Amino acid sequence: MAALGVAFIALPFAGLVIRTPWSRVVQILTSDTALTALRLSLVVATIAAAVSFLLGFPLAWTLARGSFRGKTLVRAFVVLPLVMPPVVAGVGLLAAFGRRSGIVGVWLYEWFGIQITFTTTAAVLAATFVSFPLAVLALEAGLRGLDERLEDAASTLGATRWYVLRRVTLPLLGPQIAAALVLSWARALGEFGATITFAGNLRGRTQTLPLAVFEQLQTDPDAAFAVSMLLIAIAFTVILGLRGRFLR
Amino acid sequence: MTLVVDVVVRRGTTEVRAAFEADAGQTVALLGPNGAGKSTLVASIAGLLPPSEGTIELDGTVLDDASNGVHIPPEHRPIGVVFQDLLLFPHLSAAENVAFGLCARGVARSEATTRARRSLERLGVAARADARPRQLSGGEAQRVALARALIAEPALLLLDEPLSSLDVGARARVRELIGDELARFPGVCVLVTHDPIEASTLADHLVVLEEGRVTQIGSPEQIRAAPRSRYAADLVGVNAFRGILEPLDDGAGRLATGEGDVVVPWPDDFDGGEVIGLLRPVDVTLSLESPVGSARNMLRGQVTSIEVDGERARVRIATAPPLVAEITAGSVERLGLRAGVLVWASFKAVEVQILPP
Repeated sequence: MAALGVAFIALPFAGLVIRTPWSRVVQILTSDTALTALRLSLVVATIAAAVSFLLGFPLAWTLARGSFRGKTLVRAFVVLPLVMPPVVAGVGLLAAFGRRSGIVGVWLYEWFGIQITFTTTAAVLAATFVSFPLAVLALEAGLRGLDERLEDAASTLGATRWYVLRRVTLPLLGPQIAAALVLSWARALGEFGATITFAGNLRGRTQTLPLAVFEQLQTDPDAAFAVSMLLIAIAFTVILGLRGRFLR
Repeated sequence: MTLVVDVVVRRGTTEVRAAFEADAGQTVALLGPNGAGKSTLVASIAGLLPPSEGTIELDGTVLDDASNGVHIPPEHRPIGVVFQDLLLFPHLSAAENVAFGLCARGVARSEATTRARRSLERLGVAARADARPRQLSGGEAQRVALARALIAEPALLLLDEPLSSLDVGARARVRELIGDELARFPGVCVLVTHDPIEASTLADHLVVLEEGRVTQIGSPEQIRAAPRSRYAADLVGVNAFRGILEPLDDGAGRLATGEGDVVVPWPDDFDGGEVIGLLRPVDVTLSLESPVGSARNMLRGQVTSIEVDGERARVRIATAPPLVAEITAGSVERLGLRAGVLVWASFKAVEVQILPP
């Protein structure tokens, strides 16, 4: 049965390796469509990971150190995007930021003329929404594992809270911060459902690599296989990096 | 420069009530068994745990005043702390650990490092300046922690069980080193310990803390002469009986300890009430058979432990109340004493010294 399980997981990879047109790989991956999507994907995932960290750290801090009513509920809420269908996340984002239907989006458009849907900002928002929980969870685990008394020791040495954060807390959390960034970056890079629902599939603006794969599958399956191989290669690198340094 | 502490500190289910003072250049030892609340009290003096009631003053400055909501945070107190498990920063080198307190207070990195290295040199660990804490031996780490606490020239030094993490060999050397540093230290030092030798060699005054209460304050000599609790008596090596004294017959009284009665001399001008009786272990005689003699106290119990130190042996017996007897090592052998053996312990009533509680 175990072998069957492995086979089930391995089969799609084997299929991709066999079907990938290796002679055309370089040509496909350097094509305009692929390069544009790759560039956009890197930008979107990087911004999403950075925003997830910046917003996630204070929240993770509160969850790890604070004691308040409804903490369990808040944590459940934070994890929700991780388990809900991404397409629903996209619909939700439309309901929040959509130009015609979003509860915030309507005002943004009427007052400032800002439209978020179908822009790169929308792609970033979609990617951030799904990768945010991973950042919070990784940072919260890190903060829980940290000996708070080291921070106490620092404060008795005249360190202000900000100085303690900079010289003690953040350096000690280094591996967990790296894990949070890498995990949320990888998740953001692969986001499809929320992006296509909320941001659409516009080449150069919202068409990230997964969206490009989806489109190419209908016109040039060989190209879809090649780009998929690229995404797998990136994912594989992430796993290797995490295993070596963060997940002992 | 004076430290004045008069507080009630609560942490979890423990409550510590303590009041004591210390002058500049003095070392006060907070002495007590594990769980007495010593570390809780020190955390409060450090500013890490605001007291629920009372005040902490240093050199006329109010650091804490619970009723007026005054609480100076730790980073604004002129203190240095050596924590029980040191809490050196694992990601910084020994020199960076020591320099931390200077950098945090705005001293330039290069000057801080120079001063840190000089301080490590004085403490004999200059060669380990670039090592990470986990690469240091216990004694080395202890010196680094001491240097780190002293680098910013605090007015108040707090040492929480500074020798407890060391093995016996390193302990004597580090104790001597701390003694040297304390002799040069111009401020107030509060030393937490459960080791009476550490307390009496390093401190001028002892504050005995038991179950969150101060049971005695005094110099080591005063406490040695008249311990006020069984813990203190045990520390200085005497038997103590605390209880209610009632008249028995002419010149004698019965001291009811709650764990058993002992017959003691009736003090002059005494109306009855609570007292402490002290009995030197050398005045307790041990025998295997029921003793025949003039001793009015004869108690039977099992030997619980025997500590041999050269020619002398201290024998603990689970009598009611429990006793410590000091006999010769030869007698231990002759009587065949070991843990579990049933013995008779006897002592004369007049050997018990009665003190007011």
